[in-house]
Amino acid sequence: MGRPSRRREDPRLLRGEGRYVDDIDLRHQLHASFVRSPHAHARVISIDASAALERPGVRAVFTGADLVGEIGQAPMVWHPKDTEVLVPDSWPLLRDRVACVGAAVALVLADRRYEAEDAAEAVEVGYELLPVSAHPLEALADDAPLVHPEFGTNVCFETSMGGGDLDAGFAEADVILERTIVNHRIAAVPIEPRGALAEPRGDRVALWTSTQNPHLARTYITRQLGWDEDRLRVIVPDVGGGFGCKANVYGEETLVCWCAAKLGRPVKWIESRSENLISTNHGRAQTDEVRIGARSDGTITALQIRVIADLGAYHLMFTPFIPATTAVVASGCYAIPALRTDTVGVFTNTFSIDAIRGAGRPEGAHIIELMIEQVAAELELDPVEIRRRNFIPKEDFPAQMPHGPVYDSGDYHGSLDVLLEHLDLEGFRRDQAEARERGVYRGVGFATYMEACGIAPSKIAGPSGNGLDFSMWESAVVRVGTDGAVTVQTGVCPAGQGHETTFAQLVADRVGTDPSRVKVVWGDTDAIPNGMGTAGSRSIAVGGEAAALAADRVVAKARQIVAEVLEASPEDVELADGRFAVRGSPDRSMTLTEVARAAYITDEMPEEFEPGLEASCFFDPPGFVHPFGAHAAIVEVDTETGRIEILRYVAVDDCGKVINPTLAAGQVHGGIVQAIGQALLEKIEFGPDGQPLTTSLLDYALPTAAELPDLELDRTETPSPVNSLGAKGIGEAGTIAGTPAMVNAVTDALRPLGVEFINMPLSPQAVLEALRDGARDAAPSAS
Amino acid sequence: MPDKRHVEVSINGETYSGEVEPRLLLSDFIRHEAGLTGTHVGCEHGVCGACTIQLDGEAVRSCLLFAVQADGRQVRTVEGMTEGLPEGELHPLQQAFHETHGLQCGFCTPGFLMSLEPVLLEEGELTDREIRERLAGNLCRCTGYQNIVAAVKLARERVSAPASGANED
Repeated sequence: MGRPSRRREDPRLLRGEGRYVDDIDLRHQLHASFVRSPHAHARVISIDASAALERPGVRAVFTGADLVGEIGQAPMVWHPKDTEVLVPDSWPLLRDRVACVGAAVALVLADRRYEAEDAAEAVEVGYELLPVSAHPLEALADDAPLVHPEFGTNVCFETSMGGGDLDAGFAEADVILERTIVNHRIAAVPIEPRGALAEPRGDRVALWTSTQNPHLARTYITRQLGWDEDRLRVIVPDVGGGFGCKANVYGEETLVCWCAAKLGRPVKWIESRSENLISTNHGRAQTDEVRIGARSDGTITALQIRVIADLGAYHLMFTPFIPATTAVVASGCYAIPALRTDTVGVFTNTFSIDAIRGAGRPEGAHIIELMIEQVAAELELDPVEIRRRNFIPKEDFPAQMPHGPVYDSGDYHGSLDVLLEHLDLEGFRRDQAEARERGVYRGVGFATYMEACGIAPSKIAGPSGNGLDFSMWESAVVRVGTDGAVTVQTGVCPAGQGHETTFAQLVADRVGTDPSRVKVVWGDTDAIPNGMGTAGSRSIAVGGEAAALAADRVVAKARQIVAEVLEASPEDVELADGRFAVRGSPDRSMTLTEVARAAYITDEMPEEFEPGLEASCFFDPPGFVHPFGAHAAIVEVDTETGRIEILRYVAVDDCGKVINPTLAAGQVHGGIVQAIGQALLEKIEFGPDGQPLTTSLLDYALPTAAELPDLELDRTETPSPVNSLGAKGIGEAGTIAGTPAMVNAVTDALRPLGVEFINMPLSPQAVLEALRDGARDAAPSAS
Repeated sequence: MPDKRHVEVSINGETYSGEVEPRLLLSDFIRHEAGLTGTHVGCEHGVCGACTIQLDGEAVRSCLLFAVQADGRQVRTVEGMTEGLPEGELHPLQQAFHETHGLQCGFCTPGFLMSLEPVLLEEGELTDREIRERLAGNLCRCTGYQNIVAAVKLARERVSAPASGANED
C-alpha cells in the first residue's frame, strides 16, 4: 500500500483489446432504436408503426401500451420518513403523455442498427402540445403550467436541515450579504455513451451493460419485470467512464431484457451521443439563494440557504435525493454556529437531474467558498486569513456539526499551509498589482473544501435515517487458491479508476503476498455475492475496507493452519515480510503458498478443521469519511475578449491513507478538469419551450488539452478513523473544489473593474457582461 | 434497400472486402464488418476523436468517412501498433502511456494513440504547449490530459534516443 504501481488494466486497453458493450456482437442479435418525444410537453394521441414495420429488417415495434402489466414503474429509491416526495408515473416507454424532450414512447427492433434507426424515424406519433415550464423559477410561479397536472403543483418536495440559533447569529453579525448563486445544469459525458445487450439463456437472461452498479441494476430491473433476482445475470464489461451518470438503472436496460426474453433473441442498444446529451441524467441545476452574516473580524455567525433544485420531469433512481445532500456540506470547513438550508425540488419539462461526480456536494462547496470570499472582500480581509479564522480546529475532530453530521477527521490549516508553500501568494500579489498597472487583469481564487463521501453508513443513510431504500454496505470475498494465488471478488465496479490494480495492492498487503499473485473480479452478479457499485467516492473506503477485512479473516485462518502445522499457538504466529512465522523462532515459518497447500490437502489436519482458505465480508461503515483540501487557481482575464487563461492551478488534497498515489493523482486531475469545464465552458441549455439546445459535442463544449495548464498537486495525509485502511475518497474531490476556485479567481481579477460577483459558466460573453455591469455600477449615479 | 458497393480495404496490412451500403461509416466497417473493435465511437460527429485511425498514414476521424471512401486504401488502427513487435511488448507510445498513467477508462485511448503516433516523428523540440495543441483534437474525460502530455514527452525522448529500458513492466 502507498506505492505507485502501474496499472494491470493498461495493456489490454492500450492494445485495443478492451471489451466495451458495443464490442460484443452476438449471433442473431436485434438492434433497438428508440422513438423519443420531440416535444417538452404533449399528449400522445396516436402511434402508427405500420410504415416502420414494413421497412427492411424490422422485426417488432413496441409502445407503452404493450408494456401494460409487463413492466412496472421506473425505480426511485429515496423515501424519507418525514418528507413527502411526489413521484410521477414513469415507465420505460411512456403512455398517453410526455413531459420532456427525449422521453421514449416507442422501440423498434431490427436486424441491423441502421435499419432500426431508419424505422424509428418512420414511426408516426401524433402529439397534442401542452404548455411548458422549462425553468425552475418560472415553474414555481402561481400560474405556471404544471409539469404533472395530477399533482396540482410543480413542487416535488421541500426539506430543511439546520442547527443553532439563526436569528441570534444574524443579530450578532456586523455585515450580512445576500447572493443568488447559479449552479447551472451540466452533463457527465463519459466518452463511451451508455449501452446494453441482453441475451436469453434458457429461462434466464444475461445483460451486458455499461453501468457503475451491476447488483442494483439486477435488483431494480427484475423488480420492474416481476422476475426473481437470479433470473437476470448482469455482466459489466470494460466501462468507458461513468462520472455518476451510469450509477442509474435506466429504462433502456430494462427494455432490452424484456425484449430478449419475449423474442428469444439477443437485443442490443447503443446510445448515440445526441441521445446521451438529452436522455442520460444531467446534474447540478440549482439556484441557491444565500444569506450570510459575519462579524467585522470575519467570523461567520450565520448562514442561510434556499436551494431551488431543478429536478426535470421524471425521477431517475436518486433524482430528488441529490440536491437534498447539498445541505449536509453547506458550512464547508467552517465552524458556523447557526445555519439552515431549505431545499425545494421543482419539476420542469426537461430531462432528469441525478448524480454527476460530486452529486450535491460540489453545489454546497461552491456556495460556501464563494460566500467566504464575498465576505472577505466586503470586510477587506485577506481570503486566506478569513478562512483561518473560521476553520474547524484540528483538535475538534471528530467534529459534531450544529446541523447534525459528524466529521471524522480533518486538518484544514494543514492543507492550506502546504498550498501556500507552493503558491507564493505574496509574489503573486506583487505580480498582480504590477500587471494591473499595465491593464492586465490577473486574479487568485481559493477553495478550501470539505466533502462527505464513502457512501454510506446504513444507520445514517438508510430507511430510518436519510431515507434511502437500501443499505449501502459493500461486500468482498478473498479466496486463496490451492496454489496460493489470491482472488478478490468485489461488489464495487470500476469505470476507469483502476480497481484491478488498487484492490490487488491492498489485499496483497494484508495477506502477505505480491500484488502480481492477486486477481480482482468485479462486475458480474453471478460471480460476486452482492454489491452497491462504484459511486460517491466509496470504492476504497467501503469496498476496499470490505476486501481488507475479508483478507484479515483469511489471515486469521492461515495463522490457525500455521499453528497446526508448526505446532505452535495461533497467537504466536505473526505475518511479516510475506511469511507466517512463529514468534521467537523465525526459522519456523510458512509462505502463503505453503499455507494454501495445507488448507486444501487436509489429511493431516484435525477432524474439526474445515478445508479451504477463503472469507467474505460485508462492511457497513460506521460513519461517512470527509476528505478535504485547499485549491487555488490563478487566472488572467482578457478584458477585451472576455477570454480566461488559467496561469496556474495548485491543489492540495487530503483523502487519508492512499493505496496508489499515481492513481489518486489521476482522479484529482480528471476531477479538476471536469470542474474547470463547468466553470468555463459546459452548460446544458433549454429554450423557453423546453427544447434542448445542446445536443451534440459541438454545442456542449468539453475542455481540451490546449486550454489547460499543468496542474500542480500535493497531498497531506490525515487518516480516517472509520475504517482500518485510514482511507477516505478521492474520486470527486477535484470536481468539488474546482468551480469555486475558478470563479473566485476571476472575481479577484475583475474586482478593480467593479465586478463583485459573477456566476458560471464564465464564458467570454458572461465576462464581458459582468464587466459592462461592473463599470455601470462603479460609475456615478445618474439620478 | 440501397445498392451495395464492393470495397476492399487494407487494415493493418490485411485486406478486408465486402459488399457495403454506400452510407456505411468507415468506423462501423472497421468495428462490425472487419471485427476490429479497438477503434471506438464516442460522438459520431467528428468532435471527440475516439474513432481516429490513420488512412494512408494520416490521422483521420473514421466516423466522418464512409467505408467506400477507404476502398483500395491503407488503414492503420490501434491493433496494428504492436504488429511485428515481440510477444508482450508495447509500441513506445503505448508503453509511455502505461508508465505515465496516461489512460483511465481507456475508451478514448486508441484515438489518442492514432493521433499522436505521427507526433513522435516530428523533428525538433516541442514545448508542452505545442504538445497540448497536438492533443486538442481528441477528448478525454478521465485524465485531464496531463499524463497524456507526459506520455508524449516520454515517448519522444525514447524514440529519438532508443534503447533506454522501455519495457521494464
